[in-house]
Amino acid sequence: MRFSSTSAPGGRASSAPLVGDAEEPTIFELSAPSRRSFSLRETDVPAMDLGPIEAWLRDEPVELPEVSERDLVAHFTRLASRNYSVDLGAYPLGSCTMKYNPKFADQVAAIDGLTNVHPATPPEAIQGWLRLFHELERYVCEITGMAQATLQPPAGASGELTGLLIMRAYHASRGRTPRKVVIPDSAHGTNPASVSLAGFQAVTVPSGANGLVDLAKLRELVDDDTAGIMLTNPNTLGLFEEEIREILEVIHGVDGLAYYDGANLNAIVGVARPGDMGFDIVHSNLHKTFATPHGGGGPGAGPVAVVEHLADFLPGPLARSLDGGTSYTWMTPRRSIGRVHAFHGNSVVLARALAFMKYLGNEGMRTMSELAVLNANWLRARLADSFAVAYEQPCMHEFVVSAEALKAETGVRALDVAKALLDSGFHAPTVYFPLVVHEALMIEPTETESPQTLEAMASALENIVAMAHKDAAAVVSMPRNTPVRRLDEALAARRPILTEDQRLR
Amino acid sequence: MPSFAPHTDEEIQQMLADLGMSSLQELYSSIPAALLRTEPLALPPDQSEIEVLEEFAAYGAQNAAVRSSLVNFAGGGAYDHDLSAAVRHLGSQSAFVTAYTPYQPEVAQGVLQALFEFQTIIARLFGLPIANASLYDGAASLVEAVNMAVGFTKERRILVSAGVHPSYREALGTFGAGTHLLLETIDLCDDDSTCFPSADEETEVPRAGAVIVGYPNYFGAIEDLAAARAMADRRGALLIVVADPVALGLLRSPGEFGADIVVGEGQSLGIPLSFGGPYLGLFAAKSEYVRLMPGRLVGETLDQEGRRAFVTTLRTREQDIRREKATSNVCTNQTLMAIQAAIHMSWLGKRGFQMLARRNYDGAHYLAQQLAGIGLAASTTHFFREFTVHTPISATELQHRMLAHGFLAGLVPPGHDDRLVVVVTEARRRVEIDGFVDAMAKELR
Repeated sequence: MRFSSTSAPGGRASSAPLVGDAEEPTIFELSAPSRRSFSLRETDVPAMDLGPIEAWLRDEPVELPEVSERDLVAHFTRLASRNYSVDLGAYPLGSCTMKYNPKFADQVAAIDGLTNVHPATPPEAIQGWLRLFHELERYVCEITGMAQATLQPPAGASGELTGLLIMRAYHASRGRTPRKVVIPDSAHGTNPASVSLAGFQAVTVPSGANGLVDLAKLRELVDDDTAGIMLTNPNTLGLFEEEIREILEVIHGVDGLAYYDGANLNAIVGVARPGDMGFDIVHSNLHKTFATPHGGGGPGAGPVAVVEHLADFLPGPLARSLDGGTSYTWMTPRRSIGRVHAFHGNSVVLARALAFMKYLGNEGMRTMSELAVLNANWLRARLADSFAVAYEQPCMHEFVVSAEALKAETGVRALDVAKALLDSGFHAPTVYFPLVVHEALMIEPTETESPQTLEAMASALENIVAMAHKDAAAVVSMPRNTPVRRLDEALAARRPILTEDQRLR
Repeated sequence: MPSFAPHTDEEIQQMLADLGMSSLQELYSSIPAALLRTEPLALPPDQSEIEVLEEFAAYGAQNAAVRSSLVNFAGGGAYDHDLSAAVRHLGSQSAFVTAYTPYQPEVAQGVLQALFEFQTIIARLFGLPIANASLYDGAASLVEAVNMAVGFTKERRILVSAGVHPSYREALGTFGAGTHLLLETIDLCDDDSTCFPSADEETEVPRAGAVIVGYPNYFGAIEDLAAARAMADRRGALLIVVADPVALGLLRSPGEFGADIVVGEGQSLGIPLSFGGPYLGLFAAKSEYVRLMPGRLVGETLDQEGRRAFVTTLRTREQDIRREKATSNVCTNQTLMAIQAAIHMSWLGKRGFQMLARRNYDGAHYLAQQLAGIGLAASTTHFFREFTVHTPISATELQHRMLAHGFLAGLVPPGHDDRLVVVVTEARRRVEIDGFVDAMAKELR
């Protein structure tokens, strides 16, 4: 059945500015000497002698902009109007889980007793934060099937490295120094980078024809020099690793540890748990599954949860009670790998995520995942006539299609499809990832888009395919309605201009 | 069921029917039955948004917030500044808050241009030609700087001043376990600044990857960066400076002293205290290191109609392309905080930032003068806004007692329970400083 796409709140959003498509001046170009926005309070503190620091005093003030507050507000408001966002429309960016970010969480972040607290305040004066951390740790552990967790890692990639350093410390505690960590060829690019930075060597296990880890090949790769494996499940193709228990048995058979990359947790909350699958270390991307806003590329939060026998290695300190929950304090595990953040992690992001979990509750979080998977499967089926689906089995929360046939027939590539979709008022899917699929378009609708929005998105993609067959040049010239059109990225890389001053030179 | 999914029951049934399914459970047919949960998660049921808000307000009520509960004299990379209404308003625009990494520059010019402006501000502040679009926090920036220095020099011996923030040093040790760093400490002199050896004392020294100093350091001392530069040069090492950005409103930039890489915590540039995060890792370097820089870089280019436009550039450095050869695994950064810093610094402007720095200096030196009057002389000789005093009783005990007077009395450096590191920002009025000194006098009488 087709849903009406005339009322698609997540689609048809105009990404073009309200008026015009001229360049916006930089804040420095808007600057005029002696113009000002600032106002500073009168402190009644007397002016003190600068003598003690005379040797270090700068000659000229830092060349910061000098703008009126009115011009400042206009500038950043115009910049905001030149940016697509989840609040504006659907954002089917595969692997990124760009779901709606509820507004009440903004109010949580603004609570005085949370946002205006110094991180070095003694434990007696931060009982609320310690309780909140302890509660979030309980939620994260119950959802992932783990025992204890650190909330410090400020992003998923930081969580990966933290988990791998725990893996390293575990082996060292047993007097072993295995060097290899197994990673599937479909893994996120951060996985092999994290493996290198943790002092291991990444060993790639290929995917079979069904898009899943090739168990026979894995058995050949794994030996006493294997420290562990990093897996995303469902994997980056949106497929559940059906032989997960067998895979992890192979790893555990050589005393290796299994790391779960939680990037795709949105598919299975309340349905299945990494701990039950046999994983030992799990990071969760709270900014994906638990709806904290992505902020244009951060802040995120990537807590790392572990099974009980690894808890001793967690970064410290952790919020713990020594009196059965009457009061809380900071405790550092005995064999901790040490801090991974200057303070306690992205605390306010952590508070937002816990608020989201509490709003949905146990059953609501399961429904969230079920509808994310429903949306992905429905859209995948809806697009089956337009694009070859990369793998036949049902998908989880995202799926990958290939524009290889379209490219062969019309010359229109996955990239062109993505750019053309921008003109229809949608954000583009992820393209050219995972690397194992040619001309990949990786689509993750999330649970917060309505069937009407999915219909509108599918129609837009169908129209692009139809246009490609009729007038490929028109597709390749898109987008046309956006604030700027396709960019000369080679020019940017050949002669990098990274600041205003590099342009002026 | 509470959820932010818009589906009606009828729509769910219709979508399932389109897929030839009769229940949502069927969607999970590829998961082995033994792994499927039959019980709900052992977590409470849903709550309305007002109930959640009230619960979180209750958490907040159990914390002592600065200003409403405590007058704050603690810093250490987290400072209590006055924030502009403009940054609160503009920094919370949903187009910035709910966007993601600018993978499609045609619809991300707002974030990209704001980051280009941020990079320019940080480069000018640190006195270096290039800056990245931010990292997680000050500690992460330092770790990435060291990885970059090791990548460039191929030397794993790293000399770290004992004046560098203790948490940053700890993080360096944590991550250094994976990258096999050989961390050596350079001790401090009695005035809390680093004791740099003279050239005569160092005729034959082993090569090193980096020398790291604070500017000012954790204890407040403004370091002799020329001496640090010389020490690095004798070892073929890069000079990495961990700078307090606000100090640079008055002090010469580390770039002027020849620093190769300057990192720092950008929380001071318009970010609330936030119990330690999200903060803003600052990172600037000399141009020759551009292809080794961690994190995202935004560059200027042209679109196909010849209009100026901005784009993430030099991405071949990044882990999504180089994978296991990458020297950094950083994917996201702290874009929203970087945009907020660009807004706040533009609001302060050239003169406002200079005036603000001067008020931090005046406040701290006034406090030092007053504390000296009650017998607590600063051990730090050359300082900007933060300095150290030696306490006659346990500093932890003193900090505890001062809470009862409504003051957060500074930081107790790990391993030094006889010291307090105190700070004054432009937010502290003379009457608050005088009240603090009176309360300290009472407790130490």
